[in-house]
Amino acid sequence: MAGVQVSNVSRSFGAHKALDDVSIDFADGGFYALLGPSGSGKTTLLRQIAGFDFPDSGRIAIGGESVERVPVEKRRIGMVFQNYALFPNMSVADNVAFGLSVRGEAKPVIATEVQRALDLVQLGKLGGRRPHQLSGGQRQRVALARAIVTKPRVLLLDEPLGALDKALRVDMQIELKRIQREIGITTIFVTHDQEEALTMSDRIGILRDGRVVQEGPPEEIYDRPKSEFAATFLGDANIFRGDSTGNGIRLPDGTAIAAGVGATLAAGAKASCAVRPERIRIATDGGASDGNANTLKGQVSKRIFAGNNSTYFVERAGQTLKVIVQNTGADRLAEGQDVVLRWSPESTVLIAAG
Amino acid sequence: MMTTRILEGLGRLYVGLLLAFLYLPIIIMALMSFNVSPFYQLPFEWTTEWYTSLWQDDQIIAATWNSLEIAIITTIICVVLGSAASLALFRYEFRGKKVLHALLFPPIAIPWLITGTAMLIFFFGVGIGRGLFAILLGHVALALPYVIVVVSARLQTFAPELEEAARSLGANQWQVTRRVTLPWIMPGVIAGGLFAFAVSFDQFVVSYFLATPGQTTLPVEIYAAIRKGFTPEINAVSTIIIVVSMALMLLTARFFKFGGEK
Repeated sequence: MAGVQVSNVSRSFGAHKALDDVSIDFADGGFYALLGPSGSGKTTLLRQIAGFDFPDSGRIAIGGESVERVPVEKRRIGMVFQNYALFPNMSVADNVAFGLSVRGEAKPVIATEVQRALDLVQLGKLGGRRPHQLSGGQRQRVALARAIVTKPRVLLLDEPLGALDKALRVDMQIELKRIQREIGITTIFVTHDQEEALTMSDRIGILRDGRVVQEGPPEEIYDRPKSEFAATFLGDANIFRGDSTGNGIRLPDGTAIAAGVGATLAAGAKASCAVRPERIRIATDGGASDGNANTLKGQVSKRIFAGNNSTYFVERAGQTLKVIVQNTGADRLAEGQDVVLRWSPESTVLIAAG
Repeated sequence: MMTTRILEGLGRLYVGLLLAFLYLPIIIMALMSFNVSPFYQLPFEWTTEWYTSLWQDDQIIAATWNSLEIAIITTIICVVLGSAASLALFRYEFRGKKVLHALLFPPIAIPWLITGTAMLIFFFGVGIGRGLFAILLGHVALALPYVIVVVSARLQTFAPELEEAARSLGANQWQVTRRVTLPWIMPGVIAGGLFAFAVSFDQFVVSYFLATPGQTTLPVEIYAAIRKGFTPEINAVSTIIIVVSMALMLLTARFFKFGGEK
């Protein structure tokens, strides 16, 4: 096992900067998600770490050893591909055995290791099958077994669950996490699914246009996004834009919004505030006000009922705000109703404009 | 109901006529090769006399061996060169790749008569001249594009991630090719090889241009024999060639269908 350090890595394809001075430290034994929209560079970064492609500049180290010019076959990594890439001409056992076999391991050793890997992914009895006889989830497990049987220093996953249906995905998320904990391998996985990134990883790196926008534990990124992009890409957020007052912003109509967390900005600078929809309380009257809460008036334009909660869309000064309310059995608000929105400054993140 | 039945009948008639058109002359020739009369006279009387006398015809036997040797060597060269070229075209980006790719196909469409003439002039120009070696070179040039086309078609169905997966597991280039890529394209390689064999073994025009009187291939020898005067041995040797060629083509079809599966 080993940590991975990516330092100042840049990579261009023609005029397109796929990676622009990217630095991330992947701790030993951690589970790391690279999250970003398509074209953000997350897959390019994964391929650089794998060794399919070399950076124009910068350093990549695995376990402290520089590998940025080492080809993939010599990096001792394990990789799971989006479409699994199982060898169709081989049985499940031969697929898993491939990495050991090309290293020239003895047959009895291979057989033991393959069986252990297949048992780990709970496919112990299916070694004789062909890949096309397996379900999507089973293929996924074979690909995982094949990637870890060689005891790689780092496990790379390229949208590993993308091809599975929703229910199976959740199962596989739990499964993947269990296996990762069991063998304690440094794992880096690329996804565009924010929920997957939140639920599975110890740390998340959000990429956009070849740059790391923000990097940290899921809770930190969710609670303290440093940019509008991070706020809206990881989870939902209401964004208010205005001028900084030092400890909040003033909206163009003069309303002040107090922010308890986030950036430190000089008064007068352009700034935004981000508020998560579930942090806003919604009420029909002016009562129950607490001293320093941010308060806005608006009108419900739409309600979406989702069982355990409801999402209200509230119109206010030309802006549509989103509020999520848990289903507590209390009276539900009707569309068209005038409402008051309240949330605490501690739930308001101040973000520098840009 | 009525119209469907009529259409069905017409369809069957059409297929029947088509098959008759394709196979009737061949079947008659094959039958005549077993007929006692050398002049296509009926009634049919069974004999294997023509096959026996064929066996004693040294020129035909020699030409057959030449043809087989040239076809086999052509096949081996074309399969190796063609598969390697297809893999290179599939794997690597290089300057002029598109031009090269486009230039591979026209030779298939150029009439053999023209190719043969051009080769004859060229081989004399560079000092190779005529003979079995010239014929071999000519056949390789004719058959190579077929192999590349067939193998490339098979490679189109190959997922490049498979090579990447193999590399990520520590396999070097040779191991990747031998254990992952080749098994996948093997049906295409076999089909391409059978094509190359057929192109060479059945080749008349180019061989005729490049052959010297003593040293020749079977199709050229048959042509020469017919010009001297028709003998039923020709029926016999033609029947043998047809059986071999058709067997090869059936094999090709079988492997090519494999290529379409999965």
